[in-house]
Amino acid sequence: MNGRALSVGFVPLVDAAPLIVAQELGFAEEERLTLDLQRAASWSMLRDMLSFGQVAAAQMLAPVPVAVALGLGGTAGRIDALQVLSVNGTVVGVSAALAQRMREAGHPFDFTDAAAAGRALIAVRGGELRIGVPFPFSMHAELLYYWLGALGFQAPQGLSVRTIPPPRMAEALATGEIDAFCVGEPWGSIAVETGAGELLLPGAAIWSFAPEKVLAARHDWAESEPETVGRLMRAVWRAGRWLANPANRMTASEILARPGYLDVSAEVLERALGGDLVISATGAEVHVPQFLEFHAGLAAFPWRSQAAWIGTRLSARLGLDRGPAVAAARAVFRSDLYRRNLGPIGGELPPSSDRIEGGTVAPATGAAPILPGNRFFDGRIFDPDLRE
Amino acid sequence: MTQTLSIVVVEKDRDRAMLIVDSLREAGDHEIFVITEETSLARRIAERRPDLVLIDIASPSRDVLEELALASGPMERPVAMFVDRSDEGLTQAAIEAGVSAYVVDGLRADRIKPILDAAIARFHLFHRMRSELAATKAALEERKVIDRAKGLLMRARGIDEDAAYALLRKTAMDQGRKISDVALALVTAMALLK
Repeated sequence: MNGRALSVGFVPLVDAAPLIVAQELGFAEEERLTLDLQRAASWSMLRDMLSFGQVAAAQMLAPVPVAVALGLGGTAGRIDALQVLSVNGTVVGVSAALAQRMREAGHPFDFTDAAAAGRALIAVRGGELRIGVPFPFSMHAELLYYWLGALGFQAPQGLSVRTIPPPRMAEALATGEIDAFCVGEPWGSIAVETGAGELLLPGAAIWSFAPEKVLAARHDWAESEPETVGRLMRAVWRAGRWLANPANRMTASEILARPGYLDVSAEVLERALGGDLVISATGAEVHVPQFLEFHAGLAAFPWRSQAAWIGTRLSARLGLDRGPAVAAARAVFRSDLYRRNLGPIGGELPPSSDRIEGGTVAPATGAAPILPGNRFFDGRIFDPDLRE
Repeated sequence: MTQTLSIVVVEKDRDRAMLIVDSLREAGDHEIFVITEETSLARRIAERRPDLVLIDIASPSRDVLEELALASGPMERPVAMFVDRSDEGLTQAAIEAGVSAYVVDGLRADRIKPILDAAIARFHLFHRMRSELAATKAALEERKVIDRAKGLLMRARGIDEDAAYALLRKTAMDQGRKISDVALALVTAMALLK
């Protein structure tokens, strides 16, 4: 026996890596934990497994704990985000037909300039633009609404964001059910491999520091078992730090590729971990800085300002009062637990748990279109202290 | 109150779907519609305007229903799963059986219960059949590997089948491993030496 067994749920995606690595490489064992990893076929299934206690903790889309706190979807009790599991890692892709039209209209497919890509996409669309995302409450959906909204293209007029299970994304694109998608790896690359579409942008080109997945647990459990929660958080955080070392990418991709986990080729996974993406069938490979972060730049810290951004966006779109929505959202991103559990083992602790989102790096005019640090593509900032 | 409900069952496997429909019919006189296609699922369901949607909890298409449940006024209808949390026992039973229900319009729990009970019983049966099938397959695989290992030993050492099996069993016991594991190691090693 390696101490206490803990059921932890995941969805077979590259960004489940910190959980899988924590178990496979002994970071859990170091904390006297055995993670019994349970694979879920959908986000609603995983949310329900978590909410009804079939798993103690789970990989979760960052907006889900906020949505649950706002009473949106499901009947779950409060779910907390203990820490951020991954930042960025999604891609936006378009159908082969749309890609062709965009190219004819002169779009260079540079995979960097979100404003130009968005305008080109809006210009060539034939009527309504239908875009697939994995779940109604996901960073994928938020990035799309933010990106196209900032370019003056709003839902629901002209834009329809709809839920498609990631394994069906390439097929939905090929059959014309959707025109474009935003999805996590390996599903974007699979759409390219099957010739269904081409990749237009990494999610990081829209917001270069978007909290993508979190380590989620029931609020009641997090409060009643603080010691176990601490052990789990430390194991997962150390796994994230290990993943951040480029020398470990090959090992990580071999582990993730196993049938019990992602069950896809290790090569695709290694490219995603390194941010090297094949964006079209002709084989053009592009390197994306900050494509997927598990550790660098305080990636695991659950900023209250991230929660406030999600709460602001959801409440505006769904017609809820902003004040209470933001307050509820902030409460479920547990930066207090991060400070308590990860500070003592060397996790960097910022002086405030809020920051100005989109405001950490001065814009380099024109140059370096992929934005390092924490930037929105349109240069706007989100100050959690300001009423919008 | 006795008006019939319109129920949509989302199930890829047509035979399985038919069995579910049969058991639902026993639960009452309801209008049941089966969707086996996963393409444009949201539109197909929306067109039927059902009172209740039943789907395997492990179906990746569940998230599509999540969106549908939200489509009209997310706050008035805390729909999604199982009416509400008022009946935790039923919810738990349904999750364990692997059936999830989406109530598309405000329905009372007492109307849904007999339907879910029927569905849960049916899904339990499927699960048992699925695990039995998996166990049988695994047993057959093991048998095949052991047979091949026996064959290799018989040829290599000029012994008969019983002796070959005894040798495998003794090795397994000495090493504290399963016979099938020893057999697999032997078969793999021979393949490498060829």
